[in-house]
Amino acid sequence: MSVELDVFVVNTTIMDEEVYQLWLDGYTVNDAVKVRMEGGVLEGCEASAEVLHSDTMDQYRTFQMCERLLHSPVKLANQLLFQIPPHRQVMLIERYYAFDSVFVREVLGKKLSKGTKKDLDDVSAKTGVTLKSCRRQFDNFKRVFKVVEELKGPLVENIRQHFLLSDKLARDYAAIVFFANNRFETGKKKLHYLTFQDFAFCAGQLISNWTVGALDNMVEDMDVDLEKEFLQDLKELKILITDRDLLDQHKSLVCTALRGKTKAFNEMEANFKNLSRGLVNIAAKLTNTKEVRDFFIDLVEKFIEPCRSDKWTAGDMRLYLTHYTNSAHVLDTFKHQVVWDRYMGVIKSCILKMYHD
Amino acid sequence: MPGKLKAKIVAGRHLPVMDRASDLTDAFVEVKFGNTTFKTDVFPKSLNPQWNSEWFKFEVDDEDLQDEPLQITVLDHDTYSANDAIGKVYIDIDPLLSCEAATVISGWLPIYDTIHGIRGEINVLVKVDLFNDLNRFRQSSCGVKFFCTTSIPRCYRVALVHGFVEELVVNEDPEYQWIDRIRTPRASNEARQRLISLMSGELQRKIGLKVLEMGGNAVVGYLQCFDLEGESGLVVRAIGTACTLDKLSPGTAPNTTTHTNTHTLPNTAPTSNACNSPSKDSKEPVFSEDPPHSLSGPPTPLRTLPSSSPPPFSPSKPCSRQSSSSDTDLSLTPRIGMGSGGSVGKEAGPLKTLLRQHTQSALEQREFPIFTLTCFPPGFLVHVGGVVSTRSVKLLDRIHNPDEPETRDAWWEEIRQEIKSHAKALGCHAVVGYSESTSICEEVCILSASGTAAMLNPRFMREGCLDTGGSDHRLSRQPHPGMVGSERGEGEVSSTWLGFEDASPPSCGFVHIPYDEFNMPFPAQLTYCYHCRRQKVPDVLFTTIDLPAEAEVTGKGCLIQARLCRTKKKAQGEVNATSISNLLPFMEYELHTQLMNKLKLRSMNALFGLRIQISVGENMLLGLASATGVYLSALPAPGGIQIAGKTPSDLSYDQHISTMQKRIDDTIAKNKELYNIHPPECIEEVVGSPIPDRQRSSRLFRSTSESSDELSELDLSHGKKDAFVLEIDDTDAVEDIQSLLTDAPIPAGFYSCNTEVMPGIHNWTSGLQMFTSVRVYRLSNANLTNQGLNKIFTDLCENLLKSLYFKLRSMIPCCLCHLNFTVAVPEEELIQVAVTAVAMSFDKETQQAADKALTRGSGENEEQLQFSMEMCGESTISNNQPTAKPSGVPESAMVHSSRVSSSERCSPLPEGRSRSLRSTRSLPCGAPVTVVKMTPLSFLPGTRIVKYLGIINMFFIRETTSLREEGGVSGFLHSFIAEVFAMVRAHVAALGGNALVSYSMKECVFMENPNKNQAQCLINVSGDAVIFIRESDQEAIPPLLTSRQTSSTGADGTT
Repeated sequence: MSVELDVFVVNTTIMDEEVYQLWLDGYTVNDAVKVRMEGGVLEGCEASAEVLHSDTMDQYRTFQMCERLLHSPVKLANQLLFQIPPHRQVMLIERYYAFDSVFVREVLGKKLSKGTKKDLDDVSAKTGVTLKSCRRQFDNFKRVFKVVEELKGPLVENIRQHFLLSDKLARDYAAIVFFANNRFETGKKKLHYLTFQDFAFCAGQLISNWTVGALDNMVEDMDVDLEKEFLQDLKELKILITDRDLLDQHKSLVCTALRGKTKAFNEMEANFKNLSRGLVNIAAKLTNTKEVRDFFIDLVEKFIEPCRSDKWTAGDMRLYLTHYTNSAHVLDTFKHQVVWDRYMGVIKSCILKMYHD
Repeated sequence: MPGKLKAKIVAGRHLPVMDRASDLTDAFVEVKFGNTTFKTDVFPKSLNPQWNSEWFKFEVDDEDLQDEPLQITVLDHDTYSANDAIGKVYIDIDPLLSCEAATVISGWLPIYDTIHGIRGEINVLVKVDLFNDLNRFRQSSCGVKFFCTTSIPRCYRVALVHGFVEELVVNEDPEYQWIDRIRTPRASNEARQRLISLMSGELQRKIGLKVLEMGGNAVVGYLQCFDLEGESGLVVRAIGTACTLDKLSPGTAPNTTTHTNTHTLPNTAPTSNACNSPSKDSKEPVFSEDPPHSLSGPPTPLRTLPSSSPPPFSPSKPCSRQSSSSDTDLSLTPRIGMGSGGSVGKEAGPLKTLLRQHTQSALEQREFPIFTLTCFPPGFLVHVGGVVSTRSVKLLDRIHNPDEPETRDAWWEEIRQEIKSHAKALGCHAVVGYSESTSICEEVCILSASGTAAMLNPRFMREGCLDTGGSDHRLSRQPHPGMVGSERGEGEVSSTWLGFEDASPPSCGFVHIPYDEFNMPFPAQLTYCYHCRRQKVPDVLFTTIDLPAEAEVTGKGCLIQARLCRTKKKAQGEVNATSISNLLPFMEYELHTQLMNKLKLRSMNALFGLRIQISVGENMLLGLASATGVYLSALPAPGGIQIAGKTPSDLSYDQHISTMQKRIDDTIAKNKELYNIHPPECIEEVVGSPIPDRQRSSRLFRSTSESSDELSELDLSHGKKDAFVLEIDDTDAVEDIQSLLTDAPIPAGFYSCNTEVMPGIHNWTSGLQMFTSVRVYRLSNANLTNQGLNKIFTDLCENLLKSLYFKLRSMIPCCLCHLNFTVAVPEEELIQVAVTAVAMSFDKETQQAADKALTRGSGENEEQLQFSMEMCGESTISNNQPTAKPSGVPESAMVHSSRVSSSERCSPLPEGRSRSLRSTRSLPCGAPVTVVKMTPLSFLPGTRIVKYLGIINMFFIRETTSLREEGGVSGFLHSFIAEVFAMVRAHVAALGGNALVSYSMKECVFMENPNKNQAQCLINVSGDAVIFIRESDQEAIPPLLTSRQTSSTGADGTT
């Protein structure tokens, strides 16, 4: 005797959160049944593995049918096929769009193209995330990217409205979209120590300070791209390193302020010119899209690594950057205060975020 | 003539992409009614078109309005080739034809295609302007209300029950017409859907006409079925109970029942027998109407006394109406002038005959004293005799002339006659809880009918008996006993099963026997009623009705199922029919024995909601009997089960038997605990009461031989043998006992029943979940024995139940109510089981308290409060939205907050969360969807129904040629059922409703051809669309509350 057909349909769709998670994680029905058995669902129920299998199948089918709707979450709210209470809808969407940080770290900054998708099995093998789950996460990134790519207005808000995500998740997606759009390099070995959250934070800084939308929400363009004009203006900062007087003046101002406040003062003083050159050069090169991609690697190579080898503490770093930024205001011949602040504000918070082991 | 139908197409959304190039669609809509078609403009390049059309107006006969559905077709415009159909929506206009139902259909309806399923939604507005038609010869019956509910709908009061109405229409099945070979599957499916829609419209109209002729205004317990007879045609038939209903308005007859009421007056409210109140007497045209119960009492001196324990007339009734209270009083007093006169010196036999004659005047003058109701106004049901059922095997023949469906009519008439005579044999004049069904395999068809023989209070029917010609003329022929054999090649099987009963005080009256104890139609064991000690009661009672509200129950009830499989040889034509009809009696007998054993095993003594289904397949017959077992306090405690060896010679054998015996005794003890059955130790018969001579066996092993009707060929009794001594004389019996004991116990926290509510549970929360589960099993081994099959079939049902318990575990504590199993043998070696039920959670904490407060344990509960809300009436004709909104919204919000804890607990399930009732309207997207609850019950716990919007009766076909791609058979059926639910919900919401009650899936025919990657499924669902509001709202209108008893007896008063 074999069960040929077995369905269970309810008026108000039942979703077991545990099974949903297993499905999202890409477990096969059989594996999911195993996990559930080990989890002890059957305790207290007069049920067998057979019952569990049937239940798991039913739920998987329901999820599969819902998946199409989850692709455009706004539809989920006014579709008629499944009657799902609103708070469950929120849960369904949030979980569906949730991603594994190990996975996202692998594809962050990569082009969301077919080619990348083909390599997902490698990613899967490397991260231990099932291929099915990798594909879902990748497709989510791509879907969000495609939708917001052509929309005007603030990125995070667009994502939140079109995908009904929580603020936190919408920000993370904004970061992913932003990285994918600008193709920031994140995969280099030197960057491995950085987590997705580090990058997401930096992305947030860049989005809110360096894009067109950062200044004016009403602007036609959206904030996936860095503001061209600003990048152009950054070239002007070069004067800080090309003008010898300015460089020396800057150094002495910073050193005066720092003296006695940190153990790393000597290293700071010794390295000042190198470090300053590094930061200003990064700024000057940003007009070149290729250099933009290396933004993070440059930050690490030109600034973070030297500091680390000199054993600066996080406090040292904060102190140094604060004075480095502020001292430039006192230089009478330096006329680019606004651009400098806009640049250094972001650089400072990015470096502070990235300066850890 | 007439009426004007107006339709407006507002917008579409979520349409499928029809043009691959642009990923868009150029959609337009055709609106068709009868032969008139209108079109909207093409809305180019959009998946969310806004047509905002003008009002399309159709001027049509009301006859057409009843028969035809409004057909809306959405198409994709194509300049160069033919326009592609996206899908269709059929809208049943009927709810708009009654002024008390819906006034407008407005909302988003799924666009359905039989090949692709739901493809987007369309927003429409439909209205009807009806002109009054005074033509006597009219063919339409607009305005007659239809209810699937098998009790008196909650916001109505019954003035009169006219009786049985039936109709049947036949047609050729489009699937089998020659043209089907050349048309597309889509065209064929659509032809079929449309035909069935037309036929059900016609059927409803014809039944409505009959109701009008009888002087009624409504059909309650409307049951419509399809018989897909294949080559020989398509039959749509319906039965129902014609009634005159009065809408309750807060001012006139506010009406609710609180169980407190029921319980505080358990003895004083002899709701039955209200018929002979003297206050009415003067008005009674038929003097001879006698309280049946007084006659059914033992013909002893007792008769001169109030025969039933006459409680002191209770002034404590919250009486707003005098007449009702006097009813109460009088009903207990036997009328001296009357029945007693006739009975002098004679035994009860003639008395009953006399009585029957009287009641005949009320009931039997009409052809079929049959009622599809399962739940009655208090006082309606006087006595219950037992289950009567009939089966008949017929050979199908092509229907030659669709306009004269005589053969089918005659078949059913025969069966109803038989049912009627069975009831008569039980000393009853009526059949209640009546239903009909068929099982078809190739050219063989088993027609089945069953009901509960009963004595009814003629008061509710008095007027009915006056209009003699009331029932259909076609039906008013005399029974033709000879006809049976004259049909070619048919076998005829019928049987009567009984439990029994007796009469009087409300809580026990209905169980008193209606028949004469010295001239019993079957051997039965009678005792004095354990409640009133005055009348005789049987030891076991089987019925098809719901547990009457006033019944006194000890402990809780539970679902009891008997399952059986019988192989048969493959055969053709008459041989096949004969072999089937030869098998039927044995199956019935065995099912019955199983039920009896399982009942005993649970220490219960009565079955309610008994439904026996026998399905025929090519090489086997399946029998499934489901019922809810309870312990009726008025009936004697059931005896145990004793096992006896036939050859008690060898010691080890004895040993074996005693271990078995021990297991059984243990199970019984365990069940008593589980169902909380602790009847008071039964005192042997009350001193002084005349001990019946028939009390011959000891209490322990009382024989409970059931009964059979003398008219039927089948005697289900076990003869003189004590039925509950099981003899282990062969392996069969061992198997039987094994199977008896292997029913899996219900997991803790769960209860189940197949009736409306579970006796002993009162405090339902609003958490409820309606579900449908379908399973198909393939029997791998072709050469199975009966026993092997039985085991498989039993396991299959048990596993299904286990699965349900597991899936619904988050609702614990909960009760699965109205568990309705349907079995079928779609193909050789396939068994299909479909279950529909509702899981309702209740509060454990308060349960204990409630138990204490209500030791009476009536099935009534607060959910059943009857209400009426006048403001929904006329005032909102233009649009019910305003009414619904203010009442519904704050309401659900309140409940929501108060329910937080419970809904949190049963996390996946809280269905409530209702947002505004109707808010979608004009917003094309983004507006929340109305939450529509569905339940097979006639009520929703914690709410009251304020308006019935009309009947929903939908028929869908779904076909696929890409079965694998759609997830195989399970994926295909899963999405189809989900789609059907979605369409039902959308139509309910469009009528302005927020729930569908008395929901049932009457047909679920699934066919597959995996080799061709094809499958097809037909589903028919029905129910009553309603508007409910939360009970907590009710506090706003406290003056409305009165006891139901008061008002219903009040209803009597007005008749």
